[in-house]
Amino acid sequence: MATKAKNNTLKLKFDTSWSYAPAPESKSAATINKQYDLFINGEWVKPSGGKYFDTINPANEEKLSEAADANVADVDKAVKAARTAYEKVWKKMPAKERGKYVFRIARMIQEKARELAIIESLDGGKPIRESRDFDVPTAANHFFYYAGWADKLEYAFPNRTTEPLGVAGQIIPWNFPLLMAAWKIAPAIATGNTVVLKPAETTPLTALKLAEIIQESDLPPGVVNIITGAGATGAAIVNHPDINKIAFTGSTDVGKIIQWAIAGTKKKATLELGGKAANIVFEDAPIDQAVEGVINGIYFNQGHVCCAGSRLYVEESVAKQVIKKLKDRIESLIVGNPLDKNTDIGAINSRGQLETIQKYLAIGKKEGAEMYQSSCAIPGKGFWCRPTLFTNVAQSNRIAQEEIFGPVLAILTFRTDDEVIEKANNSPYGLSAGVWTDKGSKIFNMTRRMRAGVVWANTFNKFDPSSPFGGYKESGFGREGGLHGLLPYLNLVN
Amino acid sequence: MFAIPDFSLSPHIDQVGAEERASRFTKRSIKKESKLNGLKLVLNMIDLTTLEGKDTDGKVKQLCYKAMHPHDAVPDIPTVAAICVYPSMVKVARKALGDSGIKVASVATAFPSGQAPKDIKIRDTKYAVNEGADEVDMVISRGKFHAGEYNFVFDEIAAIKEACGNARLKVILETGELGTFDKVRRASDIAMHAGADFIKTSTGKIQPAATMPVTLVMLEAIRDFYYKTGKMIGMKPAGGISKSKLALHYLVMVKEVLGEAWLNNEWFRFGASSLANDVLMQIIKEKTGVYQAANYFSVD
Repeated sequence: MATKAKNNTLKLKFDTSWSYAPAPESKSAATINKQYDLFINGEWVKPSGGKYFDTINPANEEKLSEAADANVADVDKAVKAARTAYEKVWKKMPAKERGKYVFRIARMIQEKARELAIIESLDGGKPIRESRDFDVPTAANHFFYYAGWADKLEYAFPNRTTEPLGVAGQIIPWNFPLLMAAWKIAPAIATGNTVVLKPAETTPLTALKLAEIIQESDLPPGVVNIITGAGATGAAIVNHPDINKIAFTGSTDVGKIIQWAIAGTKKKATLELGGKAANIVFEDAPIDQAVEGVINGIYFNQGHVCCAGSRLYVEESVAKQVIKKLKDRIESLIVGNPLDKNTDIGAINSRGQLETIQKYLAIGKKEGAEMYQSSCAIPGKGFWCRPTLFTNVAQSNRIAQEEIFGPVLAILTFRTDDEVIEKANNSPYGLSAGVWTDKGSKIFNMTRRMRAGVVWANTFNKFDPSSPFGGYKESGFGREGGLHGLLPYLNLVN
Repeated sequence: MFAIPDFSLSPHIDQVGAEERASRFTKRSIKKESKLNGLKLVLNMIDLTTLEGKDTDGKVKQLCYKAMHPHDAVPDIPTVAAICVYPSMVKVARKALGDSGIKVASVATAFPSGQAPKDIKIRDTKYAVNEGADEVDMVISRGKFHAGEYNFVFDEIAAIKEACGNARLKVILETGELGTFDKVRRASDIAMHAGADFIKTSTGKIQPAATMPVTLVMLEAIRDFYYKTGKMIGMKPAGGISKSKLALHYLVMVKEVLGEAWLNNEWFRFGASSLANDVLMQIIKEKTGVYQAANYFSVD
């Protein structure tokens, strides 16, 4: 019989003699132009500055295409197109007709699902399994969902009259490029607004593909304008005087700048910013499923998720067991080519983000936390980070306080319910949280006291168009999704 | 030795989470070389089974030949792992299999219901072992288990283990009668602590038989037991696995939950009767690029 000392050295070997077959998705199923212009007023127009920037594949650093860099004049052109479309066409159109266009876009996303998934993985580095099974279908579902609301707003807000806001300027991040475009565009146009949308400069391609779909859908010109560029383009949108509403998803730092910029104007805003979600595992949790949920919570999309469960609080009585299981699970994650259907973890989105993550790994080690990484091999070219966890972390460590936005989990322990609530809420963020326990009463007690916009119980990172999403504190304000997601695009006039 | 835990405190299982995890194992890519190797592994893990009231010496002899020569028309085809029969057929099977290395497994303990007194179950087991069984597949007393009499179930398994002597003991939980994953986990823990060498899902006589989520719950129990005691326990899903593709999904699950050490017929088995021919058909398809008609594969 094995002795106690021997048990500590027991190890499972996941690198087995029987292995899977590589299954890379074919790039030929996707068409990517050499160069993309700006999509303004239903047409592709050259940037007035004549400048373009490269977009690369983060898995091998090869150039995929180049996109136009919109300057202030281009932004003005886009906003004018949106204003004209709003006044002349879109706000006058019967809601039922508006809904038909939104439905059409949803169906066309479904038809082109494979191509969109491939491009999303090429441009952003996320595994094809996720872009195929999550990003693209969920994007289509958002259009379907809000298409349904278009002519039913009087039921959403009984006894009130609604009217659209006008032109919405929308700025989206690089972690879920197509999905965030859908989150922004679908509710805005379904409620009668017109849109100027800017995708992130590292991942413009699926938004530009969406522009092609929108063009093909015969949506009246100017209702949706998609322009590309970096921070300066975003600033030009935010500062444009004829914009009625800013919807932004991205970092808390930029969110603060936007709030400064629009202070004193009549612009409305919805900000969906950073997070440092607490994922709490109690001793009475279904441990193996909790471990799976923790893995999904932090390593989904390489941890480039604002609601990622990046702070794990585990009850001390089960901490050793949970950490052991997490380490085993990390070993069985497949890291590599994002286009391979076997891949669980793809490439880090950009060199800049990889440097940020590496900076935090160094900080974590310096702070005295113990770092554990998967033993997997990573490709020589491109931007990669092994799935990482830190044990022996304190609440005062920076890796437990700041958003890393990468596949890095900070593990802390707790003893009582009150202690973990206090620690979980002890954050400038409040976007999401998770609770793992088999005890129903504990779930309700915890979720009631947690200051987070979304609290998942015995699951994590579940999204549905009908469910509102948004944060407390520095994670932003306003809600997207569900009935609540209509309100940020409407005035209730009486 | 290791401490016997309070089985009412066995870990709880979240059904939705377990099913979600199990479905992930179906997404791995297995083709060409990987598929061929996987299929050979599957064939080599099969407990070729006949458990019918109408079983005869003739039927069992034919099945034994099939076990040793699954498909002689093609070289490099592995044999199955074992033949699984009733105790009365063990002697015939033992003789027919000779020194082929294929094991004889016998169900025992008033299979499939297990509704008999302990002494009869022990005699049933000893009879099978004396007839030459290398492995004994026992059933647990599900009624007692549902009544919360875990000590009874534990003692019974321990007694059968003792009666097995050198034969390896597979403990059938009959998960289709247990109802929840919580109970599957608890029964797994009882069986392993009481001395099981293998835990097995089903008799094949009750629906549902083996499923991927149930097998996952049992594999995770095996992993926890291994870390606790250093002792490896084998796993045998049985019933309902008749297609190669599904069997390969099970292999993925074993690979990602327990890893290399369990990926062989010493520690993992499929209890099945019709799976073998589907695996053979797929092996030949991989080798030749074309499917053969079912008539090319012997039915024994």
